[in-house]
Amino acid sequence: MPLLQESLALSAILFVVGTVGVLIRRNAIVMFMCIELMLNAVNLTLVALSRQVGIEGQIFVLFVMTVAAAEAAVGLAIIISIFRHYESVDVQHFRLLRW
Amino acid sequence: MVGGFGLNTVSGLAGQVAEGGGFNPFLPAWIILFPFIGFVVNAAIAFLAPNQRRRVSLVGPGVLGLALALAVINFVLLLGAGESEPVVRSYWTWIEVGHLRIDAALQLDQLSIFMALVVTAVSFVIHVYSVGYMQKDPGYARYFAYLNLFVFFMLVLVLAANFPLVFVGWEGVGLCSYLLIGFWYSDPKKSAAGLKAFVVNRIGDFGFLMGMFAIFAYVGSLDFIAVFEIAPRALQYGGAAVTMITLFLFLGCVGKSAQIPLFVWLPDAMEGPTPVSALIHAATMVTAGVYLIARAGVLFALAPLTMNVVAITGAATAFIAATIAVQQVDIKRVIAYSTISQLGYMFLAVGLGAFTAGIFHLATHAVFKALLFLASGAVIHALHDALHNAREDASEAASQDMRNMGGLRTYLPTTYRTAWVAALALAGVFPLAGFFSKDEILWAAAAHGQTVLWVIGVVTAVLTAGYITRWIVMVFHGESRVSSKARKHLQPAARVMGIPLIVLGVGSLLAGWMNVSGALPLLPEFTWLHDFLHPSFAGAESVLAAHVGEPSHAAPLGGGEGTWAVISTVLAAVAIVAVFRILSERKYARAKDAVAPTGVMGFLYHKWYVDEVYDALIIRPFQALARFCWRVIDRALIDGVMVNGTAAVTRVMGRIGSFVIQTGYVGSYVLVFLLGVLIVLGAVAF
Amino acid sequence: MSLIQLVFYFFASLAVASSLLMITRRSPVYSAMFLVLTLFSLAAIFVVLDAHFLAALQVILYAGAILVLFLFVIMLLNLGYDFEPDVRGRFALVVAGGVGLVLLAEIVALLSGAEELPPVDLVTPLLDAQGAIGAVAEPLFQNYVVALEITGVLLLVAMVGAVVIAKRRTV
Repeated sequence: MPLLQESLALSAILFVVGTVGVLIRRNAIVMFMCIELMLNAVNLTLVALSRQVGIEGQIFVLFVMTVAAAEAAVGLAIIISIFRHYESVDVQHFRLLRW
Repeated sequence: MVGGFGLNTVSGLAGQVAEGGGFNPFLPAWIILFPFIGFVVNAAIAFLAPNQRRRVSLVGPGVLGLALALAVINFVLLLGAGESEPVVRSYWTWIEVGHLRIDAALQLDQLSIFMALVVTAVSFVIHVYSVGYMQKDPGYARYFAYLNLFVFFMLVLVLAANFPLVFVGWEGVGLCSYLLIGFWYSDPKKSAAGLKAFVVNRIGDFGFLMGMFAIFAYVGSLDFIAVFEIAPRALQYGGAAVTMITLFLFLGCVGKSAQIPLFVWLPDAMEGPTPVSALIHAATMVTAGVYLIARAGVLFALAPLTMNVVAITGAATAFIAATIAVQQVDIKRVIAYSTISQLGYMFLAVGLGAFTAGIFHLATHAVFKALLFLASGAVIHALHDALHNAREDASEAASQDMRNMGGLRTYLPTTYRTAWVAALALAGVFPLAGFFSKDEILWAAAAHGQTVLWVIGVVTAVLTAGYITRWIVMVFHGESRVSSKARKHLQPAARVMGIPLIVLGVGSLLAGWMNVSGALPLLPEFTWLHDFLHPSFAGAESVLAAHVGEPSHAAPLGGGEGTWAVISTVLAAVAIVAVFRILSERKYARAKDAVAPTGVMGFLYHKWYVDEVYDALIIRPFQALARFCWRVIDRALIDGVMVNGTAAVTRVMGRIGSFVIQTGYVGSYVLVFLLGVLIVLGAVAF
Repeated sequence: MSLIQLVFYFFASLAVASSLLMITRRSPVYSAMFLVLTLFSLAAIFVVLDAHFLAALQVILYAGAILVLFLFVIMLLNLGYDFEPDVRGRFALVVAGGVGLVLLAEIVALLSGAEELPPVDLVTPLLDAQGAIGAVAEPLFQNYVVALEITGVLLLVAMVGAVVIAKRRTV
């Protein structure tokens, strides 16, 4: 099938780039953007495979986008809230995820 | 309910069905249910309105009267039916697991009906007596509730058609015994005595349980009819299996019937109210062991080793307890040891295969021993009131110590006369009850060629005559050691207590005549009890006849049964007269001035030091073990290492987790999470 | 190399390049702009892969809505100019690179181990019959209508949640 291999390879590369981005950045907003990139990489896989597996792949992408939108809304709200408290979005400046 | 119970005649596993012409029991379940109703009502009164003494006085003995009437009716029906097969009435299936099926079923045959008759009759009389004896006690309703419950369980025990149901009754009477020994629970000594009885009985109960398990394992059933039919075929005569079964069962009997080595609880059980001692610890519950051996006679007959153990244990207990009784000073303890001794006789009888003789002695003993207890209860009651009214030391120790009595015959004439009847019956003086039954047992020992056991039996009989005469003399004869002030307050027993004494006295006079051995000279042969109980023991006797052979009728040292019966009764009479002569002259010191005897008498006075030996050999090591378990195992190991240790490890791990691993940084969590993803993916990919 | 492949490779390399730039730029605003570029490239690739409707949504939703939201937050928090440098140190870079390479190797291993799909084309006839929107919309509103409705509820919840969380506490 045309471009299936290539699409999957591109998807894998973008996913890994997103992962590395999450690991090397400390800015919460940028980390968040990297996550969006990872989501898009997965979307690309779904779209590429939908030709042979069925149109449901594209429908699933639709749902992923919706969830990503919801997640972005809530996540950014959390970041705003944190920024208000710490005057920073650098994840090294807050150690909230502990008892 | 009546109809349901009446119509529901179900056969046992063996498939025997009572046909129209045979024995058709009349409302057998109600023999059991009446005491239970009494228990419920009295318990309700005890909780809701403990001062309703009139109702309790009506209900408590009343239900027993009804049960007695039913027992009599069934007894008469059974007499009319002749030699009928056992009737099993099954009411519902109690337990059904795999091949095990246990019904709540009653077996109505000669033995169980006879036992039910004895139990209900003695219980009824003692209930009536209790109305007088417990009149002023604040726990009046509670007392009767317990007493009714006891009779209920005792009747379950004797009427049950299978071993587990017997065990229900067995445990139930043990519970009631505990409750009634510790009836005055505010006295630590009394509740400790109850506890002792309970704990010692548990050892026996363990044996009973193991015996039941073994029976099911080897025979495959627990119903009496099925077990006794299958056992002679399934179990090898004298084999290890049946010996184990019967030895375990005998352990149960030893506990319940206070034989060596578990007899120590019975004297302490005298801490309970005296009618309780009469009913539970003399007439009924303690004879359950004898009943069980007689009931399981087929199994025991198959195990000659166990039979020997039973007979030797019985004889040894009879002798040792009789010697202890010689030197006791507590009015009730003398009779308690006498009870142990007489139970030993019964075990001697059943151990020799003379089941009828054992049950016969059980019945006569129930009557005259209950009378002895009730008589001593009347004495205690009178003396306690007198001391109390005279503002002297009216404690239990003081009002039960025979050294504080003497010369009471003029003050308590009815008690005095009936006590003499009971004492002569116990001593085996012709023509009272004990003569016939004890003679049967001694004769059984002689006829089986057990000369040693026979000699022990005769010696014990003489000792029995001696100690009971000493008892009579110390209480009723001689110079009164009651202070003159207290003597003025001595009152004869109320009629509600006097009449039961007279009834039991008549019983002690006549009970022996239900079975008169043909060998006795000058007397008509009248082996009614033997003939009556024959169907119940036919199985066991056929086993014995097949393997042991008929007992010879040649007594040791020559002479027949008649001769030796005469000689033993003459010996007893001589002992009575001699002891009476000697002791009437003796001056006893009052209890507070008395010194404990020394030498042989001291040894007997201290009950062969059995309690002390047990204390040193069993209780102290056990307490040490318990302390070890407490300090080392529980405190150090479980609490320290396991519980607190787990907590400490958890705490340390938690510290590590929360300060080292759990940084709170998103970045480190992402890294760990990704490493996990890598591991999982790697496991899938490679 | 056909035109289609040429277009694909162009946008693929554009996407990879801009994504790499996105994670390396110090300024969050630049990062956001490169993310937009990546997403646009992906939209183009969606077109190449015959997912026209999704390509449109990608532009409208991601590039239009979500990324604007990101930029809006960046500006609201005033992170555009005097931002703190947020790229981690060298050790973190090495670790991240190692993790990334291992992850890539594993994904490649997984994909190469996967079984071949049947060589059929399910999407093209559908597009021919129902058009780009109808092909996606029909199953969406028939088979997956419940999921769709629940997604609507999810969005509502997310909206309310975002408002509550970002609201200034006025106690």
